[in-house]
Amino acid sequence: MSGRRYKQSVSEWSFYGLGYVLLFIFGMLCVIPFYLILVSSFAEESSLIRNGFQLIPQQFSLRAYEMVFTNPGRIGRAYLNTIFVTAVGTAVSLLLNTLTGYVLSCRDFKWRNGFSFFFFFTTLFSGGLIPWYSLYTKVLHLRNTYLALILPMVFSVWNMIIAKNYMKSIPFEISESAKLDGAGELRIYAQLYMPLATPLLATLGLFSALGYWNDWYNSMLFSTKEEMQSLQYFLQDMLGTVQALKQLVAEGQFQAVETATLPSTGMRMAMTCVVTGPIIFLYPLVQRYFVKGLTIGAVKG
Amino acid sequence: MTKNPSAGRRSGFRELPRELKRNRIYLILLLPAVVYVLIFSYAPMVGVVMAFEKYNFSLGIFNSPWVGLKNFRFLTVSNKLWPLTRNTLLYNLAFIVVGMVLEVGFAIIINEMRCRWFKKVFQSFIFLPYFISWVIASAVVQTMLDYDTGLISRIVKSLGLDMVNVYVDKRPWPFLLVFFRMWKGVGYGSIIYLSAITGIDSEMYEAAEIDGANSWQKVFSITLPSLIPTMVIMFLLACGQIFRGDFGMFYQLIGNNGVLLEIGDILDLYVYRAMAGNGNLGYGAAAGLFQSLLCFVTILAANFVVKKIQPDYTLF
Repeated sequence: MSGRRYKQSVSEWSFYGLGYVLLFIFGMLCVIPFYLILVSSFAEESSLIRNGFQLIPQQFSLRAYEMVFTNPGRIGRAYLNTIFVTAVGTAVSLLLNTLTGYVLSCRDFKWRNGFSFFFFFTTLFSGGLIPWYSLYTKVLHLRNTYLALILPMVFSVWNMIIAKNYMKSIPFEISESAKLDGAGELRIYAQLYMPLATPLLATLGLFSALGYWNDWYNSMLFSTKEEMQSLQYFLQDMLGTVQALKQLVAEGQFQAVETATLPSTGMRMAMTCVVTGPIIFLYPLVQRYFVKGLTIGAVKG
Repeated sequence: MTKNPSAGRRSGFRELPRELKRNRIYLILLLPAVVYVLIFSYAPMVGVVMAFEKYNFSLGIFNSPWVGLKNFRFLTVSNKLWPLTRNTLLYNLAFIVVGMVLEVGFAIIINEMRCRWFKKVFQSFIFLPYFISWVIASAVVQTMLDYDTGLISRIVKSLGLDMVNVYVDKRPWPFLLVFFRMWKGVGYGSIIYLSAITGIDSEMYEAAEIDGANSWQKVFSITLPSLIPTMVIMFLLACGQIFRGDFGMFYQLIGNNGVLLEIGDILDLYVYRAMAGNGNLGYGAAAGLFQSLLCFVTILAANFVVKKIQPDYTLF
């Protein structure tokens, strides 16, 4: 009997030990780079050059942030662009995805399966990047507009399906009895379903906001003017320029560049923090809704 | 019960006006999404004709000269299509397999954790990389792996070992790409499985405990089998994108670095280069169409196979 208990405790011990160790290692791998970027942005430039990235930097300095904020022209504009696009895009996409999901979840809507397939088919086959890009630029002439930054991510079949599945889990009797009381479909959606769908709204809202905030791709494709650039694309542009110039200098093709004109490592780290910061603060606000909001049930039906 | 189920459908056409009226609010609410999908998803499908043209922006898709299969022939003859397709497929397969193992594994670990603060803190940690863009992830790669200043480079060198310069050496990249993809995506994926685990009937675990099952046995005979439907659905969804690479990651981490492209070039990068450079757009469109068709065939085939084995788990 004691032998069996001993075996039992070994297996429990190995199970939990392994679990804690693995999660600890992976968690550390995930968080250390962020920590490193954060502390490097507060480090003295000379120490960064001499010692590289360090877990405990030797000198504290706000110089990098001063440099970012004393000349905010381009980054300021990019910030405003991204805030605007994120706010409008997230609001519209929440409305569009949940409204469509709501209709397709209504059991008394006759053609719901047909329409579901109409949407779902677009995830199976697509025309590809080049026809899509030509549509935006040559047919609709959306280059350098906010629409070009908002529209590509405003409707997502996956988010719509998540919304549909979520609303299917709301008892149908609720909408049925509301209908008997004379409420219309739009009213049922807005006043009954939406208040019950907070986890869904939090989850989809976060993903939408993340998508817009982190978007560099659409800006790379559609923003040829500097004042229409998104924040991430601005950062990419800057990091890329530095990398390219460094390479040219290293290859000896380009000696005229004074290293002083390049943004310093510390400044780049500070910018990375400034660009990432706001969206990370969203996480604690919506975290508790995730597991409920992200139930990916069957796609069909 | 005497009602013939097909009666409604047969007389459907005559009753169409009445049905339209009865469902009109639903149809109106659906209209914005339908219009959106028609314009931005279905209209570009017409644009696949570009794959058969010597496309010229100024002439447009309907007036550009028709070249038949010449674009596809160029892609195969110039020996581009096969390596690109192979790379895209192999990287995606690695992402799917390693991803599923890690995501399910961490979902189970997080679910079993008894120490609440540890669980909360570390679940947040592994979700953190999901919040950043690949632009910032490439800065992360730099802080860790830069030959002169990166943290890992310096640790490796201080141990007296040789460090590779990852920006000029292509060998480590297959592993690095898989690693960073996992780094960024496992936190999110594990939440999907975690939400599936919370749906498992807790009575099963209680019954197993009474029978003296240990934690390993519970995981292997209750949790994992209960997760199979979710795993199959996630696998099928991934199959639909299996010839579509993660453009953001490959573009930000490899981009235009000629040495690294030898090992990390994928179809999506090729299509983008064809579009952004002065290259022939027809080649890019042909590669894009090829990609879409392969994905389409793969998902149909995968769904068909799953349907044969277990009809409940199919996507459609």
